[in-house]
Amino acid sequence: MRIHLKNGKIMGVSAPSDLFIEDGLFTEKLNGDADRTIDLNGAAVLPGLIDGHCHLREPGYEYREDIVSGTRSAAKGGFTSVCCMPNTNPVCDNASVVRSIVTKAKREGYANVFPIGAASKGLKGRELAEFGLMKEEGIVAVSDDGRPIETADLLRKVLQYASDFAIPVLNHCEEPSLAEGAMNEGEISTELGLRGIPSAAEDVMIARDIVVAEYLKLPIHICHVSTKGGVRMIREAKSRGAKITAETCPHYFVLTEEACLGFDTNAKMNPPLRTEEDRQAVIEGIKDKTLDLIVTDHAPHHTDEKELEFSLANNGIVGFETAFALGYTYLVRPGIITLRDLVDCMSVNPSNLFGLGRGTLAYGAPADVSIFDLDSSFVFDKEKMLTKGRNTPFDGYTLYGETLLTISGGKITYEKLC
Amino acid sequence: MKELLPEEIAEILNTAELMKMVLKSGNKKTSHLQGKSIVTLFYENSTRTRLSFEMASKFMGAASANVAASGSSINKGESLMDTARTIDMMATDIIIMRHSQSGAPHFIAPHLKASVVNAGDGMNEHPTQALLDMFTMKEKYGSLTGLEVAICGDIYHSRVARSNAIGLTKMGAHVRIAGPATMMPPGMDKMGCKICKNVQEAVSGADAVMGLRLQLERQTKSLFPSVTEYSRYYGIDPETLALAKPGAIVMHPGPCNHGVELPTVVYDCPQSVINEQVTNGVAVRMAVLYLLIARRNQE
Repeated sequence: MRIHLKNGKIMGVSAPSDLFIEDGLFTEKLNGDADRTIDLNGAAVLPGLIDGHCHLREPGYEYREDIVSGTRSAAKGGFTSVCCMPNTNPVCDNASVVRSIVTKAKREGYANVFPIGAASKGLKGRELAEFGLMKEEGIVAVSDDGRPIETADLLRKVLQYASDFAIPVLNHCEEPSLAEGAMNEGEISTELGLRGIPSAAEDVMIARDIVVAEYLKLPIHICHVSTKGGVRMIREAKSRGAKITAETCPHYFVLTEEACLGFDTNAKMNPPLRTEEDRQAVIEGIKDKTLDLIVTDHAPHHTDEKELEFSLANNGIVGFETAFALGYTYLVRPGIITLRDLVDCMSVNPSNLFGLGRGTLAYGAPADVSIFDLDSSFVFDKEKMLTKGRNTPFDGYTLYGETLLTISGGKITYEKLC
Repeated sequence: MKELLPEEIAEILNTAELMKMVLKSGNKKTSHLQGKSIVTLFYENSTRTRLSFEMASKFMGAASANVAASGSSINKGESLMDTARTIDMMATDIIIMRHSQSGAPHFIAPHLKASVVNAGDGMNEHPTQALLDMFTMKEKYGSLTGLEVAICGDIYHSRVARSNAIGLTKMGAHVRIAGPATMMPPGMDKMGCKICKNVQEAVSGADAVMGLRLQLERQTKSLFPSVTEYSRYYGIDPETLALAKPGAIVMHPGPCNHGVELPTVVYDCPQSVINEQVTNGVAVRMAVLYLLIARRNQE
């Protein structure tokens, strides 16, 4: 398949120019007539977005999402690659589950799917999972996401063993004994009579991880940072030269705990939405590159698991179809970061962290490209999402950065009908 | 209480005065709720709240019924929403609900034709308790403005404390709170409360002193070491009560652990209005139901 993209603005800034794709790769020119020629009318052409943290729910929870619906949703959000967390059923802690995900994604998916393997067998925090055998089938990292790697001793062994296979370790930072709550601990939790999760629950675990990783001189990646203290500690560790990378999610730089008022379970997630002070610290962390990645933590749930009493509802929101637009609307348009910085956070840095060799429009690279309309606003409508989940707090938001076209590996995976 | 305006609170308290007269009269019967149906849906145990709502409904002529978690399909695992819709579809005008989850009434109300009265939701609110407490204080002092009210004990888990703090502050009273630091939630000062360093400070110069029920199982969560130590440092003994204004009233939402939050001698002292609170609970709930039906009739 040969595709000719006409009149696109590369990285949103260049003069309108053309891009050629052949046999799944970017190329300087086509060897023959294009099968598709698409006029982009000056829309922004960015390297395909890469989500470093999502939940595709397959195998085991296909009523929430599956590989097809999840990657279609990702493509609609401009993602060409997604890294999916291992908390499936069965848990993605062995080579055969990894192989089943990769095989199905290759056959039916709308994005490149790079599984993240469990760090411990069954995510139970006791024994190491088979990192080597899982890597042969395609994992790009290990994590016990949804819970922290349980003990400092196991973390040490996970970091050491992962270094033999050169795969990153991603940790969900939360001290469980402090985290028995439904939302951030503070004025709003008191007002609503909900049990709170203090920011200290996250900070204590980030501190532990930094200490252990620094002691071992090994890298660690901190998942979904939501606190001011977390950002500060990661910044300090980086300045000492520690091999720390970190991510945050759009909801942590757009929303605060106030979104929980009225017991809106679409504002219930883990880590919980924090205070305005934390939100500002997260933004500052993105700006000064303390936080390397912006990930979705896309976590679809069935309506029956969300339309419940607040404390009983599941944690998590869907994120593929809002992530870029939220980043563009809340970070780039106000001038906090540049579009290139956003592309770093959502494409280049994840590619580097996971060693994907993507995040570029260079000739010879896999043809992963996302085209966005940066000039006109749109009203986000949750009923039009392609994910099976409807759990988003952003319904009705006016945003900029709607996806027009997504191409993954030279195949058109999403095309907005004009 | 969060949603109520001060004028609405005043209207309920004024109406409750009339209702109390009905209660005290020989003929406890009005026709205000004739032809209306009221269901109490209680997921938690209750003596005072459930019975006073039921008596209030009956005194005013409504058809009332009770659904308790045990003995209903809730025990078969029926969800809250399905249960509420089922009750709603029996032409119910008002559902009075108590539930262990904060926000449970807020969750069901938008999906029902019936009005939902919150009879206590988790650690969030217990608005009719706060209304009856305010009624009791107003009855004694004539006005709530400028009253000093001490609330002592397990503030963290107390919906009574929250609703009283919000309601009393709206009505111009000053609320001081005290309790173990392990049971003091953050941000109570933002709700207008004065956080006191001990019970003595909270009680000093107070017009009303309110003890809160201590749930004894909290001990296993390391929130306090023993009942003995709790009662010594956080209970309201006669010496502590002596620090309050002369004649200050003693209140408790019930049920009381005698000798823990209050010794029996304080519970039964002449200043204690704890039994009066129970009577006032019926009057206030009559007022709430009457005003709610009146508002529904207007719509």
